[in-house]
Amino acid sequence: MIEVRWHGRGGQGAVTSVELLASAAIGVGKYAQGFPSFGPERRGAPVAAFSRIDDKKIKVRSGIYKPDVVVVLDSSLIGLVNVTEGLKDQGILIVNTAKSPEDIKKELKYSGVVATVDATRIARTELGVPIANTTMIGALLRMTNAMKIDDMRETVTHRFSRIAEKNLNAMRRAYEEVKISN
Amino acid sequence: MAKRVGMEVAIAVAEAVGQCNIDMAAVYPITPQSHIGEHLSDLVADGRIDAEFITVESEHSAISAVIGASGTGARVYTATSSQGLMLMHEILPIASAMRLPIVMGIANRAVSGPLNILNDHSDTMPQRDSGWISIFVENGQEAIDMTIQSFKIAEHKDVNLPICVNIDGFQLTHMVESVEFPDQEMVNKFLPPREPFATLHPSKPLTMGAFAMADYFTEIMKAKNEALKNSKKVILAVWEEWARMFGRTYKPVEAYKTDGAETLVLTMGSMGETAEMAIDELRAEGLSVGLVKLRLWRPFPFAEIRDVLKNAKKVLVTDRAVSFGGPGGPVFSEIKSALYNERVRPAIYNYIIGLGGRDVPVTDFVSMIKKVVQDAGENADTYEFLGVRE
Repeated sequence: MIEVRWHGRGGQGAVTSVELLASAAIGVGKYAQGFPSFGPERRGAPVAAFSRIDDKKIKVRSGIYKPDVVVVLDSSLIGLVNVTEGLKDQGILIVNTAKSPEDIKKELKYSGVVATVDATRIARTELGVPIANTTMIGALLRMTNAMKIDDMRETVTHRFSRIAEKNLNAMRRAYEEVKISN
Repeated sequence: MAKRVGMEVAIAVAEAVGQCNIDMAAVYPITPQSHIGEHLSDLVADGRIDAEFITVESEHSAISAVIGASGTGARVYTATSSQGLMLMHEILPIASAMRLPIVMGIANRAVSGPLNILNDHSDTMPQRDSGWISIFVENGQEAIDMTIQSFKIAEHKDVNLPICVNIDGFQLTHMVESVEFPDQEMVNKFLPPREPFATLHPSKPLTMGAFAMADYFTEIMKAKNEALKNSKKVILAVWEEWARMFGRTYKPVEAYKTDGAETLVLTMGSMGETAEMAIDELRAEGLSVGLVKLRLWRPFPFAEIRDVLKNAKKVLVTDRAVSFGGPGGPVFSEIKSALYNERVRPAIYNYIIGLGGRDVPVTDFVSMIKKVVQDAGENADTYEFLGVRE
């Protein structure tokens, strides 16, 4: 089972990301959960959302405290929120930033793999808006092999209809452009 | 087999209601129930189902409106949560006294104060003696299945009682997970149109919910109690039919690895599967432990509870609500009362857990169960608030 924690700000679509990911995973025969950090949320305030993906039925319903992967949608959260809290030592941290993975690794003193991608720039080019939630799914799929980008197609089409292809392109670009630490 | 889809459970519940050929729904929004009402109103507005959706100004009006509509013979649905359920409280016993087969989804949430929007069972427990059938679901699939089953149970000619389906708020309502919907034609076959015992109609006047003083009131209360007790036969029959048609089996009390287990833990609601993981872990360590999951809260399944607990030495009952100044949690009281007349009884322990959304991970279940396994008996018949800071 892969457990993922997403960090974003209210309105950046972290919850949409976990919904899309869970729906797509279940659509291709896997089992998954997607859920927000329960409680009130405000636009702009730090939020978290969570994903579980497995090949067999998932029983556990408690929170995720030791994620395998952390995705940071907004790098301005680094320093405000302890994004590596509980992240497994051999886990993966994926950050939406123009910085190099080595810089982030040094900044956060994290021992596992760090990956970075300038998802906001990709989203601006491909979608015309600086909302990187779907783009970052591409980076997550590259780093985990949880699914193929094409596995997202049905769910993304259902959700975004006219702009589905643009979102899929953004995912694909993040998948290809992600930089991985040594 | 139907295709599995990933869907938020609250949306899935509304979709399930949409499969039941309802005539009318009245729902007032409240977290964490709101997505049920919103999606149901979408289904009506988009013309996907042929029903009336009445927007009301409060939960008191929502329950009153479904009572009126149910009285005309309509198939009706409502849903609420926490303070909304508390506002409905005074009307709930009227619905059951009038023998109206209303189906209500409850997205279980803590009751204020202090204000809290997260999950526990403190909203549904004060409704216990309202004369409603009350069931608890454990996951999204059960939420779909039991919502559909509820119409059939409630409307059965030997039941004619309202029913509430308890769905843990957030832990279930806000979870996108794997569910499958039963085939619509099969649902139509399973759930034929309602055949009301009597209907309100201007051309054929009759009175429902009339005045009754001391000369009749006791008889009506006894009739309601008998009806609720008798509903169990129908519930069991409906679950059997469901298993035959849809392949998923439901029982009032579910047993998980209870065979030969010395210590049993009991849950009700969405923590059941998390507790299963703790049982698996402890069994792997060689501990003789098992899990009992209570699904039917009213009518209370006394015989099934006695049967599943009869060989246990210790029972750990978990509660998601407090009975202030009482003997422990409300489930604990019921289990003790069920066992009082047994000649051989297990030692019984009570943990009050997961109040106001406090998370209970597998590790907490493991340590709770271990503590009970290791107890020499001095803490039996007591209750404890899990993890409380003092």
